[in-house]
Amino acid sequence: MIEVRIHGRGGQGNVVAAYLLATAAINHGDHALAFPAFGAERRGAPVAAFVRMAKQPFRRRDQVAHPDFLIVQDEALLHVPGILAGLKPGGGVLVNSRRAASELGVEGTVQTLPASELAVEHLGRPMPNAPLLAAFLLLSGALPIDALKQAYSERFKGATLDANLKLIDATAAMVEAGAWQETADAASA
Amino acid sequence: MRQALEGSQAIARAVALCRPNVVSAYPITPQTHIVENIAKLVADGELKCEYVSVESEHSAASVALGAAAAGARAYTASASQGILLMCEVLYDIAGLRIPMVLTCANRAVSAPLSIWNDHQDSMAVRDAGWIQLFCADNQEAVDTTIQAFRITQDTDLPVMVCVDGFTLTHTLEPIDLPTQDQVDDFLPPFVFARALDPRKPLSIGTLATPEWFTEARHSHHGAVLAASDAIVAADRDWQQLSGRGCGGLLQVDGPEDARIGILCMGSVVGTLQDAREAMPALPSARIIRLRSFRPFPAQALREACSGLDQVVVLERALSPGATGIVGAEVRAALYGVANAPRVQNVAAGLGGRDMPLTLYAQLIELAQAAATTDFAILDVELDKLPAEDRYPEAAVAAVSGDRS
Repeated sequence: MIEVRIHGRGGQGNVVAAYLLATAAINHGDHALAFPAFGAERRGAPVAAFVRMAKQPFRRRDQVAHPDFLIVQDEALLHVPGILAGLKPGGGVLVNSRRAASELGVEGTVQTLPASELAVEHLGRPMPNAPLLAAFLLLSGALPIDALKQAYSERFKGATLDANLKLIDATAAMVEAGAWQETADAASA
Repeated sequence: MRQALEGSQAIARAVALCRPNVVSAYPITPQTHIVENIAKLVADGELKCEYVSVESEHSAASVALGAAAAGARAYTASASQGILLMCEVLYDIAGLRIPMVLTCANRAVSAPLSIWNDHQDSMAVRDAGWIQLFCADNQEAVDTTIQAFRITQDTDLPVMVCVDGFTLTHTLEPIDLPTQDQVDDFLPPFVFARALDPRKPLSIGTLATPEWFTEARHSHHGAVLAASDAIVAADRDWQQLSGRGCGGLLQVDGPEDARIGILCMGSVVGTLQDAREAMPALPSARIIRLRSFRPFPAQALREACSGLDQVVVLERALSPGATGIVGAEVRAALYGVANAPRVQNVAAGLGGRDMPLTLYAQLIELAQAAATTDFAILDVELDKLPAEDRYPEAAVAAVSGDRS
């Protein structure tokens, strides 16, 4: 079972990111659950959402205490206490940042991606989900990228969908595919 | 078709498949997405239905009451303070024997303010005379919603479908949404024999003098008890049609020779089941999930507890100064039964506190403890409280009548 915690700010599409990832897994034939952490619902406030995905069905609905991966939608959240709490040893951290991973001062397996800048370029808005989710799937190999595209095509349409699909393709060129494959495989085993 | 849906969205689609004539609602977290999605289906022309936006939950329930009394298939949804504000109308709906369906997106009750999940809201109206069904997951929320529309017209009793706020309403998961044909096959058009009709004027809800009030209560009570048959029949018929059942009145799962039972309601059941699997070194408990809380399935419960030495009742609400609510009713149902198990009663997960897998180990430990716990809040963290508010174990035990 792969467990992911996604950190963001209210209004950034934090829960939507979790829903898209779980939808991709479900469309792929896996079992998945996505749900928000219990916190304040305010624009700009730190928020979090969880995704569990597995080949086999599962029934648990407790919060993810020990994620295999973290996706951080806003680099500044790294300074909020508890952001890295519970991350499994060797777990991967994907951060929306223009800086190199080594500059963030975060210990562990960290990758960065300028997701907001990519999104502004393609969508005209700094919505970092498509680049981050695409990068996560490419790094981990958890699901084929087409499953994510299908999830987007169920939630969006028209120009927004087209721009997001292009954004996913543009991200693919910037990510070291399979860098987290071992961690993902170990979690799935 | 199996698809990824948020619980609220799936419930809204299930309501739409039941072809309601009138939906009346006032938004409240965590119910909001349900009624928003229904409103959107109406606005998009996908659901032909009178959607009435009202100024309060009292009015939401009143509009639904009036619509149903006039012969409409009516629906509303609420949670927490909204359920409390509806309270007097909920008694009216049930007492008038008006068929309708309400989704309670279960949430804690203020104060202190909490938008998160427990069962105190639906427990606060447990005596209103509604049928109350609790759902284990979002598939069951869909299936139970559809069944509820059938049960309500088979019994002339309103049905409250209780779904855990956030834990179900805001969770996206794979759901098999039935087809319109399946639902149409299962759910006949709504015909209310006592519908108000200006051609045949009739007064309802008029003054009942002491000469008649008792008889009204008696027949209402009997009708709720007898609704067990309709609940079981609806689940059986739906299973034949869809391939999916929800357990009827209650669901029993686990080894037949288990000595320890855990009884719960709502969506925590899945976490307990996975925890049992993840902790093979611990005794494997029989997990009993009450689906129907009203009517209370006393006989089915006695059968489900047969062979057990211990039952731990885990609940999501309490009656301060007494015990848990489900726990007290389970004890009453088992009272005087030969070889009845000892009942331990705890609450956990109040106001949305997470219930992790380790909860299972705590419940097993409680079952094996020598001391009887009439009631305690299992996951309280006493060190957060000033010393005078801790009510140390000895004091709580004295209040709750430790029999050891």
